Amino acid sequence: MTAAPEQTRVLDTVEHATQTPDREQPWAELGLKADEYEEIRRILGRRPTGAELAMYSVMWSEHCSYKSSKVHLRKFGQLPQETPLGKTLAGIGENAGVIDVGQGWAVTFKVESHNHPSYVEPYQGAATGVGGIVRDILAMGARPVAVMDPLRFGPLDAPDTARVLPGIVAGVGGYGNCLGLPNIGGEVVFDDTYLGNPLVNALCVGVLRHEDLHLAHASGAGNQVVLYGARTGGDGIGGVSVLASETFSEDGPAKRPSVQVGDPFMEKLLIECTLELFAAGVVAGIQDLGGAGLSCATSELASAGDGGMHVELSTVPLRDSSLSPEEILMSESQERMMAVVEPARLEAFMAVCGKWDVEAVVVGEVTDGDHLVIDWHGETVVDVPPRSVAHDGPTYERPYARPEWQDALQADTTAALARPSGADELRATLLDVVASPNQADKSWVTDQYDRYVRGNTVLAQPEGAGVVRIDEETHLGVSVATDCNGRFAKLDPYAGAVLALVESYRNVAASGALPLAVTDCLNFGSPEDPAVMWQFERATQGLFDGCRALGIPVTGGNVSLYNQTGETAILPTPVVGVLGVIDDVRTRLRGGFAADGRTVLLLGDTRDELDGSAWSDVAHGHLGGVPPVVDLDAEQALARLLVRSAREALVETAQDLSDGGLGVALAEAVIKHGTGVTVSLDDVAGDPFVALLSESTARAIVTVTPEQAPAFRAAAEAEGVPVRELGTTGGDALDVTGSFSVGADELRTRWAATLPAVLDA
Amino acid sequence: MRIGVVTFPGSLDDVDAQRAVRVAGGDPVALWHGDHDLQGVDAVVLPGGFSYGDYLRCGAIARFAPVMSEVVDAAHHGLPVLGICNGFQILCESHLLPGALVRNDHQRFVCRDQRLRIEDATSAWTGSYAAGQEIVVPLKNGEGGYVADEATLDALEGEGHVVARYLGGNPNGSLRDIAGIRNAAGNVVGLMPHPEHAVEDLCGPGTDGLGFFTSALRALVG
Repeated sequence: MTAAPEQTRVLDTVEHATQTPDREQPWAELGLKADEYEEIRRILGRRPTGAELAMYSVMWSEHCSYKSSKVHLRKFGQLPQETPLGKTLAGIGENAGVIDVGQGWAVTFKVESHNHPSYVEPYQGAATGVGGIVRDILAMGARPVAVMDPLRFGPLDAPDTARVLPGIVAGVGGYGNCLGLPNIGGEVVFDDTYLGNPLVNALCVGVLRHEDLHLAHASGAGNQVVLYGARTGGDGIGGVSVLASETFSEDGPAKRPSVQVGDPFMEKLLIECTLELFAAGVVAGIQDLGGAGLSCATSELASAGDGGMHVELSTVPLRDSSLSPEEILMSESQERMMAVVEPARLEAFMAVCGKWDVEAVVVGEVTDGDHLVIDWHGETVVDVPPRSVAHDGPTYERPYARPEWQDALQADTTAALARPSGADELRATLLDVVASPNQADKSWVTDQYDRYVRGNTVLAQPEGAGVVRIDEETHLGVSVATDCNGRFAKLDPYAGAVLALVESYRNVAASGALPLAVTDCLNFGSPEDPAVMWQFERATQGLFDGCRALGIPVTGGNVSLYNQTGETAILPTPVVGVLGVIDDVRTRLRGGFAADGRTVLLLGDTRDELDGSAWSDVAHGHLGGVPPVVDLDAEQALARLLVRSAREALVETAQDLSDGGLGVALAEAVIKHGTGVTVSLDDVAGDPFVALLSESTARAIVTVTPEQAPAFRAAAEAEGVPVRELGTTGGDALDVTGSFSVGADELRTRWAATLPAVLDA
Repeated sequence: MRIGVVTFPGSLDDVDAQRAVRVAGGDPVALWHGDHDLQGVDAVVLPGGFSYGDYLRCGAIARFAPVMSEVVDAAHHGLPVLGICNGFQILCESHLLPGALVRNDHQRFVCRDQRLRIEDATSAWTGSYAAGQEIVVPLKNGEGGYVADEATLDALEGEGHVVARYLGGNPNGSLRDIAGIRNAAGNVVGLMPHPEHAVEDLCGPGTDGLGFFTSALRALVG
């Protein structure tokens, strides 16, 4: 877009906008619809200035406004905002939910997506995904203590996976490691549909004392608005450069990268500086700068407070002095925070920032009006009701409809697929599943993450849940797991979401922790496709119903839409994170056979449920049928039993069953310490294949010593959890009585070889 | 016994080093990079992390921190100083130890439980071990490859200044599998693996790392 020469230096002030009502504006290029643009004009009673248009366009985007998903997310607000330990301290709507974990401690956690930037620029996209979620947690007044990263890629051997995977993993590690946060788990999943749409979800956990909770708001006329952290640059501006080129074509930078660049060192300083500011009691309100940068921070802070706000944009420290006001408002430069500070405490605030060499500048103040007014060198370029920018974006009731192909997909069950016949085929099949990319050893990825820093990591990969200690005196800790089987969600999005929830719930319980709350990252295709919106609607309903039944709230999360290439959407991927509390981390449970002579018990019932299973994928490349049946009562009983078993030391080890069923769980347990096991599957299912590879839910395996066995069996009976004795640990092989035997070394070799064979090639 | 742990901007394992000192029975003292003050401590730990972001050579900026002039002076007068990971890099940049640490040969950050052999049990930080003892402590670094010229390597080996060597596979391309070295006096030790992450059974691969900290306390008492 070229502008007439006489326009290039005209600042588009509010006054100018009023005088030039008919001026053409690039609302369409900024992603706004005609009726959205009209709505902005209606709100303002005039045309928006360029800066205002930029703010509305980015704040009303799908990413910031949740305009397609909002109607379906509202239901989560109807869940009782209460965990098994009491009322939540902050829920949906804050930067992140905060829950009470006892002893005066609170925990905040949240998962977010950074999918599209990570496809465009894998390293920086993933790195800044970690950085963004960490600032969300920090803004609640919490010290970030751990991160987790659920990742999804196209096929392991696809050329584009070779492009994105190493960069994404290095970015997650490069940022998190330099920040000093242990990475305690996550997922690495491969599926064709993620080719061209990798999913990078990032979760962060923070801890705080109850009295240290800080909510984002700007109150108290005369209070100072301070921007601190990194300088503002031209990164992450994206579509808004359309505006810049319109008004500043001669002086302005022509093209801007739309992916942000991270500086984890600055973020580390920001963490320590911000926590010291909180401790000094000099923060009245705070907001992190993430998506939509200053537009978001100023409008959200102002609309959450009781007054207005006045900002002089020319005071913002810049990395690039040629930036236009629109670009400064839109920039998504990382590692920045905005605080509201009482004038009397400003000096103390600045002293703390000085100690940490963090640049801090007063950019404005809270006013007693009700507008957000932003000036550029004294001339007003924004004058808006802040709520209209931050919260009153459009809401769409997108059409949704069960796709025509859903019936055919569900009818195409695994019943017709050839199953292994005989011991040798079953042995080979199990090894193939264990060595398949989704079940194989992920240490190629996780060894690039620091899991030890801060010295409180009790469990990390390859356990199903990560556990961190939060109090060294009392041994209080939290456990977190994230899960989602997108294949199940494709077969039945409602059930798929519930299955993601119960798997995560089960993983937390299997670590010995009481599940308390949920965060979710809903990754789907285009909301403009009614089939995708149907998947989305079904998944949110499933998650809602599941959470209600389990008695745990959704305390926050994130939605990522438009994850599709052409007509092909990703598998619906509602990633569910569950957080639990463990009163004494010394009682935590781990998987793996640790000693000889232990009795191995299978908890829960096994049915012939192979549709959507790892076996159907690995052996036949098949996806069809209906996912395993969910039994929420059985899941709760199993969880109660596992939590009690940890507290009362009724078991030695515990491990949940999920992808790949009992066969993969046994293999992992043998691989871990090289301790073998001899099992009989006769009581599990009539067919050893079904016993090993069915993915029935609400199951786990535990090992007990002879002394523990009676008390454990009594507890299981009291909870109504079915127990079947599988066999005894010992030897150096997985020995299935009457069928086959496979050595621990062979299992380990096959399991460990898969990722390096491709990624180190 | 008071052992100082220096916090530079970007230090990460300072809290861990302080905990290790405490578990070993010492009193940790937080030292600040910007102060010309060692607060009268009996020994100093330079912890792991990414001081000043390590955007230049690792440790290259930290070596100019105000507190380092005191650390270097005191080290020359016999103060026990342990540099772990980034701290090792800082000691090399400060010329308290020879050689340098470069990017891992496989170009990736690596975090794993690492077997080591204690080669020298005479330094201020390894006296609790027996020479030849094998231990397991976490290793985590992106630039942990120890390099020096052949003459320096020969001298380190010949004079018994290699304090620890990698076993079970070289994780980062360090020449002669060197995981840690000391100065001639034995008071300054640089170590790439992280003993401070192996001081409690609960939160690490065991307690094999505790010996580095008890060694210093013992050396100070003795």
